Amino acid sequence: MSADTNGQPRIGVYVCHCGTNIAATVDVEAVAEYAAGLPGVTVSKTYKYMCSDPGQELIKEDILANQLDRVIVAACSPSLHEATFRRATAAGGINPYYFHMVSIRELDSWVHTDIVEATAKAKDLIRAAIHRVRFHKPLERARVNVNPAVMVVGGGIAGIHAALTLANAGKKVYLVEREPSIGGHMAQFDKTFPTLDCAACILTPKMTEVGQHPNITLWTMAEVDKVDGYVGNYQVTVRHKPRFIIEEACVGCMECIEVCVFRRGKTPDEFNLGLNMRKPVYIPFPQAVPQVVVIDQDACIEFRTGRCKKTCVEVCAERNAIDFTQTETFDTVEVGAIVVATGFKTFDPRRTPSYGYGVYPNVYTAMEIERLVNASGPTEGHVTLRDGRTPETVGIVHCVGSRDVNTNEHCSRVCCMYSLKLAHLVKEKTGAEIYNFYIDIRAPGKGMEEFYNRVAEEGVHFIRGKVADVYPEAGNTGRVVLQAEDTLLGRVRKIPVDMVVLATGLEAQADADEVRRTFNITCGGGGFFMERHPKLAPVSTFTDGIFLAGCCQGPKDIPDTVAQAGAAAAEALALVDKGFVEMEPNTAYVVTEECSGCKTCIPLCPYTAISRVDGKAYINPVLCKGCGTCVAACPSGSIRQNLFEDEEIYEEILGVLANA
Amino acid sequence: MPDKPKVAFYWCASCGGCEEAVVDLAEKILDVVAAVDIVFWPVALDFKKSDVEAMEDGSILASFVNGAIRTTEQEEMALLLRRKSKVLVAFGSCAHLGGIPALANLWDREAIFDTAYRTTASTVNPEGTLPQVSLAHNGDRVHLPGFYNTVRALDQVTEVDYYIPGCAPTPNIIAGAVETLLGGDLPPAGTVLTPDIALCEDCPRLDTKPQELTIERFRRPHEVIADEGTCLLAQGLLCMGPATRSGCGHLCINGNMPCTGCFGPTSKVRDQGAKYLSAIASMLGFEDEAAIDRALDGIPDPVGTFYRYGLAGSLLRRRKMTPVDA
Ligand SMILES: Cc1cc2nc3c(=O)[nH]c(=O)nc-3n(C[C@H](O)[C@H](O)[C@H](O)COP(=O)(O)OP(=O)(O)OC[C@H]3O[C@@H](n4cnc5c(N)ncnc54)[C@H](O)[C@@H]3O)c2cc1C
Ligand code: SF4
Ligand code: SF4
Ligand code: SF4
Ligand code: SF4
Repeated sequence: MSADTNGQPRIGVYVCHCGTNIAATVDVEAVAEYAAGLPGVTVSKTYKYMCSDPGQELIKEDILANQLDRVIVAACSPSLHEATFRRATAAGGINPYYFHMVSIRELDSWVHTDIVEATAKAKDLIRAAIHRVRFHKPLERARVNVNPAVMVVGGGIAGIHAALTLANAGKKVYLVEREPSIGGHMAQFDKTFPTLDCAACILTPKMTEVGQHPNITLWTMAEVDKVDGYVGNYQVTVRHKPRFIIEEACVGCMECIEVCVFRRGKTPDEFNLGLNMRKPVYIPFPQAVPQVVVIDQDACIEFRTGRCKKTCVEVCAERNAIDFTQTETFDTVEVGAIVVATGFKTFDPRRTPSYGYGVYPNVYTAMEIERLVNASGPTEGHVTLRDGRTPETVGIVHCVGSRDVNTNEHCSRVCCMYSLKLAHLVKEKTGAEIYNFYIDIRAPGKGMEEFYNRVAEEGVHFIRGKVADVYPEAGNTGRVVLQAEDTLLGRVRKIPVDMVVLATGLEAQADADEVRRTFNITCGGGGFFMERHPKLAPVSTFTDGIFLAGCCQGPKDIPDTVAQAGAAAAEALALVDKGFVEMEPNTAYVVTEECSGCKTCIPLCPYTAISRVDGKAYINPVLCKGCGTCVAACPSGSIRQNLFEDEEIYEEILGVLANA
Repeated sequence: MPDKPKVAFYWCASCGGCEEAVVDLAEKILDVVAAVDIVFWPVALDFKKSDVEAMEDGSILASFVNGAIRTTEQEEMALLLRRKSKVLVAFGSCAHLGGIPALANLWDREAIFDTAYRTTASTVNPEGTLPQVSLAHNGDRVHLPGFYNTVRALDQVTEVDYYIPGCAPTPNIIAGAVETLLGGDLPPAGTVLTPDIALCEDCPRLDTKPQELTIERFRRPHEVIADEGTCLLAQGLLCMGPATRSGCGHLCINGNMPCTGCFGPTSKVRDQGAKYLSAIASMLGFEDEAAIDRALDGIPDPVGTFYRYGLAGSLLRRRKMTPVDA
C-alpha cells in the first residue's frame, strides 16, 4: 500500500451514464451503490456525462470536500478521456496519476445486451480498479526541449505546401526529395479538375518559392537513410545520391545538354513516361526546381567508357559545374518534427492483362495522356497515337486497379474526376468521340458533380459497365474493341476505338514498407501510412512528432492534399513552437541494484531505449514508449514499469476475480 | 546448558540431501553445536514428537524444516514446530518452493499410487494393496499419514519467517544464515537469506554472453561438450542463471553445467518458470513457427526445466485437478 494513503485509501468512484450509451445496458445506480460498499471507497456516484464540465467539477469538488486521494471513473475508453479525468484529478489538487479509468462502455455496454450480466461485469471491472488504485504512485511528466527545425520528406504538392507553411512561420525546414526536381505528380499534369486551371501556373510559383526560401534547405536526389532520437529531438541522416553536377555552380543554362555528344536522346524520359527520349545530361522538365541539370550515370559515355570528348565540360567552361567524381554523401541534421509526404504510385496495368496494356500500342495509361495533352509534353500538347494519327474514338476505362478484389479493394478517389478531365481535354484537342466505361461515377466534393454535368453536356458518352476484354478489331484497322456489359441497358457493348485510356488507380509507393520502418510508423490497408485516428488525428501517426500529408496516407485530390499538408504543418508547428514536450510517465525503469546485467533486455526494445551502463541495463526514459516488452522479459524482475507495476496488475487480476 | 538458544531440525518430503548439507558443514557444525542447544533432530538425535509437544510455545529459537509437505503428518509437524518456534526457517528448495517432489503435482494421488504400487516393472503387489490411512492389522487398527493430492511448499501450510534456498543449500549459505539468525539483527520476515540478484551478476562467464543472443536450438548437457570459458546459454544450454538467485557460488557453472534454478527467483519474481519462459521466448529470433519448434525441440520437458524446483509455489501450482483436495 502506498505510503500516503496511511493504510486506508480514500477512493472516489464515478460511474458515467454516457447518456444512454452505458445507462441503457448497465444499471449504473446499482454499480455505484455496490462500489460504495467496497473497502476504501469514500464516495461513489453516478453522473449523466462525466466528461462534461459539471462532471469534471464533481471530481474536483469531491477531492477537496472529502480528502479523496484516489479517483476512479467508469465510463468510456481511456484512449478517449483518460487525459480529461487526469486533468480533473489534478485540478482537485492531487497527483493526476492517482486516477484510474475503467471502460464500461467499449468493454461492456457496447458489447453486451443482457442488463444483469453487463451490470455484474461493470462491478467486476470497478472492483479490479479499486484493488489497483491503492498501489498507484504519484508520477511526474518529464519535459524535453524541442528542436524547432522540421523535416519534410517528399516534394510533391503536399511536401511543397507543408514546407512553405512552416518556412513562412519562421521555422527552418529541410525538404528532402528523391527525384532531381520537386513537383511530384502534379508537375506532370496540364490542367487540374474540377476547375481546369493550369497545373503549372499554380504549382510553378510555389516550387520557385521553395527553391528561393531562406528558411528552406532543399535536398533533391536525396533520401532519408536513418532516423534516430525521439519526438522533439530527431537526428535524421540523409543520403545524397550523386548528381555529377555541382548544384551551386550550375546556372541552368542547359548548354551542356545542347552540346552533349549524343545528338538525340536515347534514354526513355522518365518525366514523360518514356513517350520520348532524353540525353544522358538532362533537366527533368523546363520548370524543374532546382534549375540544375543532372547526369545519368547509366547512359553517359564518360561513365561507360571513360573516353567521352566531354563537350559538356568544355561548354560549361569556367562555371565548372560538372563533376564526374561525385559519390554518395551523407548529412545528419537535428529536427523536432518530420512531415512524411512521399505520395503515391500509379497502378501498373500490366497486372490486369485483359486490358492489353503493353500489348496493343494504342492502350495508354492516364498518366501518359496527361503528358500528351500537356503543351510542354513530348508532343507539345497534340494528342496523337504512336503512329502519328489523331484518334477519332477514345475509350476511357475507369477503376483500373481500383475497387477490385484481385488488385486493390479501395477506391482511388480521383480517377473518375481525372477521367472526366481527360475526356474533356482530349475532346477539346481532337474532337474525338469519347466513351467512358465506369462502374459508378464518384463525384463528391466541391464543384465535382457540376464538373461531371458539364463534361456530360459536352457530349462525352458514359457507359455503365466494367470492361471485360480489350481485343484488336478484325481487319487490321489498328483499332481495338472494348467489350463491356452495359448494366443500364442490360446488354453487351463492343465499341471499337483508336485509343484506350486506362484510369489507373493510386497505390502506396513501392518502398512504403521500408519508409514506414525508417520513420517507425505503421501501414494500413493497401500499404498507405496509418494515421493515428481516422477522424480526430488524421495527420498524426503513432510515433509522436511524425506527421503525414498527401497521398502517402491514402488517395486524394490536390485540394485535399493541400488541406492535409496545411494541417500537418500546423500540427508540426504546434509541437516545435511550444518549445518542449511532456513525456508520458508510463515508462519502464531498471532497478539498478537488482539488475544482474544479463543483457536479455537490451536487444528487445523496439525503440532502442536500453543500453548497458557500467555492466547494468539502463533505460532512457525519453526513448521508452512503455511498450512493456523488456518488463516482461527481464528474467530477474529488475525492470518495472510505471502504472504497470506488478502489484498493480496482480491486484487488478485478484480484484476482477474476487467474486469468481 | 539452559541459556543456549534452542534449535530444531526436521525433514518432510525430501531426499535427505538437506540433512547431509547440515552434516556437510564439517568443522563448522561444531561451532553451531557449541552455540546452540539442539532440541529435536530425528535424523541424528533420539527425540520424540512428544518431547516437542511438551515444550512451551515459542520456546525454540529457530526450527529448520526441509522438504515439501506431501502428507498429513508432515503438515502436522510443520504446524507443531511453527507453534513452538520463534522463527521457522524453510530449509532447501523443497521447503522453499516445493522442489523436485512438487513435480508430482503434474499427477494426482491416484495416478501416483497406480504407478508406484501397480504398474512399474519392479512392483510385486498381487493383491493390489494401496496405502491406507487406517487399516486393521493383527486385530489392531493401524493409522498411517494421509497422502495429499498436491505437494505444497512450507509457506503454503504455515507462516515462514526465513528461507535458506538451494538443492541442497551450500555450507556457506547455511553458515551465513545461522550466523544471521544468532546475531540477533534479524532481517524482515519473509527474507530469503541470499543475495537478491540473479546469478549472471557475478558469473565468471558473463562477459562472454553476447548482447544479441539468438538461440537456434537448445541442447541438453549430454549433447555437447561445453566450452569451459563461454556462457552456457550462449552455447544453447538452458542455463537458468538469469532467472535464479545468486549465492551458490556458481557451483554448477564451475562444474561446466548449466544452472538449474535451485535457488529460486529473486524477490521481485513470483513465478520463476513463467518469467524465464518469457525471457527465453525473446531469444528465439525466428519468424516462422517451424524454426521455433526446432529450437524448442531441445527442451523436451519444459515443466521439469523451467519449474524444476518451483512448481508448487508458482502461479501454476499444479496440473488442474478438481477438486484440489485439502
Ligand atoms: C493521372 C492522374 C491525374 C490527376 N489529376 C488530378 C487533378 O486534375 N486534380 C486533382 O486535384 N488531383 C489530381 N490527381 C491527384 C494528384 O496527383 C494528387 O492529389 C497529388 O499529386 C498528391 O500529391 P502528393 O504530394 O501527396 O504526392 P506526389 O505527387 O506523389 O508527390 C510525392 C513526392 O515525394 C517524392 N518521394 C516519394 N518517396 C520519397 C522518399 N522516400 N524520399 C524522398 N522523396 C520521396 C516523390 O518523388 C514525389 O516528388 C491526379 C492523379 C493522377 C494519377
Ligand atoms: S552544368 Fe554547366 S553547362 Fe550544364 S546547365 Fe549547368 S551551368 Fe550550364
Ligand atoms: S518498455 Fe518497451 S519501449 Fe520501454 S524500454 Fe522497455 S522495451 Fe523499450
Ligand atoms: S534483463 Fe533484467 S537483469 Fe538482465 S540486464 Fe536487463 S534489467 Fe538487468
Ligand atoms: S546464463 Fe548462465 S553461464 Fe551465462 S552468464 Fe548467466 S549464469 Fe553464467
